[in-house]
Amino acid sequence: MTNSAPSPLSVSDLTVAYHRKPVVWDIGFDIPQGSLVGIVGPNGAGKSTLLKAVMDLIPRASGRIEVFGLPWKQARHRVGYVPQRESVDWDFPVDALDVVTMGLYRELGWFRPVRRRHRDRAMEALDRVGIADLAGRQISQLSGGQQQRTFLARALVQDADLYLMDEPFAAVDASTERAIVEILRELQRTGRTAAVIHHDLQTVPEYFDYVVLLNMRIVAHGPVAEAFTTENLQKTYGGRLTLLDEVSEAMRRRERSM
Amino acid sequence: MTHSLLSLAAFPNWEELQRVLLLTDYNTRIVIIGTTLLGAAAGMVGSFTLLRKRSLMGDALSHATLPGIALAFILAPTFGLDGKSLGVLLFGATLSGLLGVVVILAIRSQTRLKEDTALGAVLSVFFGAGVALLGVIQKMNQGHAAGLESFILGKTATMSSTDLQLIFVAGAICVGGCILCFKELKLLCFDDVYAGSRGYRVLWIDILLMGLVVIVTIVGLQAVGLILVIALLVIPAAAARFWTSDLRPMFIGAGIIGAVSGYIGAGCSALFPKLPSGAMIVLVSTNLFLISMVFGTRRGILSRARRRQRLNRSIDRQHLLRAIYESLELTQEAALGSVRRSVTLKDLLPQRSWSMQQLHRILRRTQSEELVEWVGSEIRLTRRGIIEARRLTRQHRLWELYLINYADVAPGRVDRDADAIEHVLEPEIVSELEKLLQDEQPDLPASPHDLSDSGVFRALPEGGSPQ
Repeated sequence: MTNSAPSPLSVSDLTVAYHRKPVVWDIGFDIPQGSLVGIVGPNGAGKSTLLKAVMDLIPRASGRIEVFGLPWKQARHRVGYVPQRESVDWDFPVDALDVVTMGLYRELGWFRPVRRRHRDRAMEALDRVGIADLAGRQISQLSGGQQQRTFLARALVQDADLYLMDEPFAAVDASTERAIVEILRELQRTGRTAAVIHHDLQTVPEYFDYVVLLNMRIVAHGPVAEAFTTENLQKTYGGRLTLLDEVSEAMRRRERSM
Repeated sequence: MTHSLLSLAAFPNWEELQRVLLLTDYNTRIVIIGTTLLGAAAGMVGSFTLLRKRSLMGDALSHATLPGIALAFILAPTFGLDGKSLGVLLFGATLSGLLGVVVILAIRSQTRLKEDTALGAVLSVFFGAGVALLGVIQKMNQGHAAGLESFILGKTATMSSTDLQLIFVAGAICVGGCILCFKELKLLCFDDVYAGSRGYRVLWIDILLMGLVVIVTIVGLQAVGLILVIALLVIPAAAARFWTSDLRPMFIGAGIIGAVSGYIGAGCSALFPKLPSGAMIVLVSTNLFLISMVFGTRRGILSRARRRQRLNRSIDRQHLLRAIYESLELTQEAALGSVRRSVTLKDLLPQRSWSMQQLHRILRRTQSEELVEWVGSEIRLTRRGIIEARRLTRQHRLWELYLINYADVAPGRVDRDADAIEHVLEPEIVSELEKLLQDEQPDLPASPHDLSDSGVFRALPEGGSPQ
């Protein structure tokens, strides 16, 4: 990238390992400001791990992460995260508005209670994702798509500049999918950047303008027109990384025997 | 219950009862206020550990306190302290309890063992060590084992006003801590990964919660004993969950249930001196739990059964109305004017797999809702009934058409599939269906399958209603 503004997310030499088994290996990429980035790759390619490593949620073996040119700790207030829907227990005793308000807790600070104006902002966010009428509904009573929208609203209420989303399109109904796409476009129009883990290859060119193809290491990244080619997809999904797999499997066995 | 109580001790007379329950007696007052506070604090802290799915951690912690108590008693004289002072003993208890938790966490992170294994191992080893040390103490100073055993099952009778102050301070810290950090604890329990992404140190919030558990447990040792203190952390919170699906009322409810358990339990123990207070408190809270489980308005057994029954009845009613409507259609007189014609039970019986008895029961209920009426021995839709029947039939057919056109379901199977789902269709889905299909369809589309061949095949098996 040649423009002067620092990239919203710049990753270099990132390696993450669980129990010494590498999950992502020597990853590096920059994403351009104001782009909608699709992160694509097969199951177990380390997509969620990449996002979590970016956010310091799991330890890195090596690598440097910069968010808007700053280390994560100084820039995290500008980042909104949408975790996988299955990552929480939806039987938890809260309603949709409560969940969205959680996006404001950090801003509120410790010991300060949630006030009317925060609830109003949460309500606005719910309205943006189109489920304001379900604000008072207990979250287990929401459909999968509505739960996903709630999570999205929780990130939107932060008014962040970079959004990291972990499979927001997984198992949602068509109207939710449209709503999410609409939100992404709107974010882009207002100059925000979003990196979205995505599974459905068919919709990649339609939804995103930049793509990161990942299978433990970066296969390709760049504008969709350049990077999203059949050849690169084959490299990402087709050939198993036999040697890499074998090495990590051997390391895992050794770990077990110790 | 009362019978066995009577055999334990003479049943108290009214004056005694009054003396205990109204807290006029000094000793009883201290004990009862103490256990009530303890119950409230434990219930509140317990709601968070329950939702964090860490309830058993409290159990391991409490069992792991025993060797600390014993060691504190043994070692206190060498430090020039009184081995019988409660402060010293509880200090030892805290240290070894925390050590137990640390060992569990270490086992979990350093080996391939799961948390429950680590919990079970540490809990029993520490408790065993504690019992052994108690034996040593017994040998050391013959005669008086210093009443350390009372920590195992709890003994409120020895509570003093200093102890009450301790409980009061501890309870205030727990309740205050929970209220002050309510939203952080809520976030931790609901979505710790997201909390981490927002820059919260999840480990520190977990330690905060664990710290509250430690305080409740240590203070609870005296009142209910280390074996039963877990009950105060788990049972009130679990009971409160049956009444609400919102965290705040659950939190308050758990506090109330805990407090009531402490009050009544300690009261019983004071009335019948042979009944240990810990056991009584646990039994009272268990009763409250059972009541909640059955009668709880949100998730109680009865309310769920009632909801299911209501759904089943509304399904029955929908089936009946549609059966009448379709049997009228079959006679090819379904033009609006003739829907008020009556049908016989014989016409309706083969429409679904209902027995005559069931049909009569459904009819009786539907009649009381003024949707159908009897004309001699025949049945007729009321005006309201016609509107409702038309609406239902239309909804059913729209759904059938959707299944055929969009979900690739064979027309022969479609009635059954539609039947299974349409009863749970929400209004927004129906309006979406309408948007999708309306353009091509008349107001009430004709059935996409032959109505007359329905009979046995089309019916859902009994109880096969969608849940």
